[in-house]
Amino acid sequence: MLETSQADEHTFTSSVRLVHAVGMHARPAVKLTKLAKKFQAQISVRVAGAPEWINAKSVAKIMAMRAAHGSTIEIKGAGSDAQAAVAALVDLIATDFPDGNS
Amino acid sequence: MRNGVAGAAYRGRTASIGFAHGPFVRVDQLESAQRAAGSLVDEALALRSAIDTASQQIVDLAAIAGGEAAQILEFQVALLDDEDFMAVIFAAIGEGAAADAAWRSELDKQIADYGAAPDEYLRARSSDLADLRDRVIRALQGDQRATLGIPSGAIVCADDLPPSQFLEIDWSGGGGLALLQGSPTSHVAMLARARGVPMVVQLGTIPAAGATALLDGEGATLELDPCAEQIGSFETRREVHCKSRAAARAILRRPAASWRGERIKLFINIQRVEDLDHADAQYADGIGLMRTEFLLTNNGGLPDEETQFQAYDAVLRWAGQRPVTIRTFDAGGDKPVSGFTPGGEANPFLGVRGLRLCLARPEIFAVQLRALARAAVHGNLKVMFPMVTSADELEVGRKLFVQVVAELQANGVAAALPELGIMVEVPAAALAIPSFKASFFSIGSNDLAQYVLACDRSNGALAGLLDPLHPAVVELIKRTAEHGQRTGISVSLCGDMASDPRCTSTLLNCGLRELSVNPSTLAQIKQTVDGLSNGGNHG
Repeated sequence: MLETSQADEHTFTSSVRLVHAVGMHARPAVKLTKLAKKFQAQISVRVAGAPEWINAKSVAKIMAMRAAHGSTIEIKGAGSDAQAAVAALVDLIATDFPDGNS
Repeated sequence: MRNGVAGAAYRGRTASIGFAHGPFVRVDQLESAQRAAGSLVDEALALRSAIDTASQQIVDLAAIAGGEAAQILEFQVALLDDEDFMAVIFAAIGEGAAADAAWRSELDKQIADYGAAPDEYLRARSSDLADLRDRVIRALQGDQRATLGIPSGAIVCADDLPPSQFLEIDWSGGGGLALLQGSPTSHVAMLARARGVPMVVQLGTIPAAGATALLDGEGATLELDPCAEQIGSFETRREVHCKSRAAARAILRRPAASWRGERIKLFINIQRVEDLDHADAQYADGIGLMRTEFLLTNNGGLPDEETQFQAYDAVLRWAGQRPVTIRTFDAGGDKPVSGFTPGGEANPFLGVRGLRLCLARPEIFAVQLRALARAAVHGNLKVMFPMVTSADELEVGRKLFVQVVAELQANGVAAALPELGIMVEVPAAALAIPSFKASFFSIGSNDLAQYVLACDRSNGALAGLLDPLHPAVVELIKRTAEHGQRTGISVSLCGDMASDPRCTSTLLNCGLRELSVNPSTLAQIKQTVDGLSNGGNHG
């Protein structure tokens, strides 16, 4: 897990390795989007180095990202609660999408 | 009809014999033609409401389902809740598309994307999306499934047809099924044979156009907009078929079939209670196989004990003193049931299906066993477990059943433990047949052949290789029948082989004396046994 870095006043980015055995499949994708929707901030994700950022609140787009096991996910948040949002998503992915509180 | 100009003819493979002449209806196009676009606001509201309905249905299903199935259902709900995803669809409506067309077009795009994914898990999601697509479309159509718009007696043409859709079509006025893809060994083909609906598969590419069609289930041909001459030839073939059926039906009325002086018992397979309405059913020696999966799919939810009890009780009352063998839920494999079967199995035919699934979901299984135990009081009920691999599974199932009966009786409810048997369809069961303490055996030759020959029976490309008369399959049938003769335990066969007159002689020679056939082939098989008995090769 890497540290969260702050680009400007309300934009935070971080990255985390996807340890989930089967990659970003239905269950993790649903958990990720559900968590992202709890925040006001605009949150985007991408597989490290991918050209486009993807809306972390769209399950269709998260699934379409097809992040494989072992890939690094970059997370970017912009908005008032962006720092908490990015931290929460990093934690979710790093802890392999645990059940409960999602 | 066009005079003189012969209509185009296409040849496929036979999935179910019989003849049909009627209006030609393409199912996949019919649905998209259902809805004319109303005002932009109307269409948007209609879609929003259909999505709410579908979403609620799925949430209900997921609540019952649990496990991986629930996760897949949650994914469907999440998709309906995905603003980015829905924005594309509402934008299309904003540009004048009808609600169903806009929805279908975006979903089809997604389904194609998933279908092309390199990862098998993602590919499997395309059928979940197709399910979601159809659920919302149905909600848009006010869920009037019976009025799919298919006229009675139509030749229904589709790429492939899911069993649920087959059951939604009214076949009481005749008609037939012409599939461009599909397979004679698929689940829907089995349904068509059971209902006596002619069906031809693997017709290849067919133009969408066509007002009327002739479907010949024996010659495996489809003729579009036939000329008078084609119709004449078709009618002649149909007449020959009907005459041979009439001769068979005369034999049907005779009391019992026999072969070399031995009584051959002919039972029927039924999918649901209504199948007993078949005119020939009354001549059967009993029910050799009552499937119960259709109880699972009717309302989208799992059936309660009372619904199940009513169905079992109705069949037992129909049968009187005759035996009725009811098979417990055989879901999984090519028969997924949302809310019950596990999603995302890489190889569902070798997965958690049949008794394996029931033992994994005892809370669902116990409801069925309770209904069966109550029904057992009223008639000659036998219960069999499908997809049994080891003797332990039978004993675990038996223990659960005994427990259920004891609980019912303790609560003052009349209940009895019926005779318990197993399907012999896993090669291991056939090879280790003496290890099972079953009261009877029923050979499921469809799955047995599929597993012995390593051929997926829903894969049309392997249809030629999937030969139930392969010596290896016949050998296992023979061993099972011989075990029955040695021990006095009844052995029957309820797969498609029993209903195929080309297999009858082999089965009798293997030592089988009980066959369970589709009601629509009972006459023909009785005639075949009669012919063999009189020294003929086969009927």
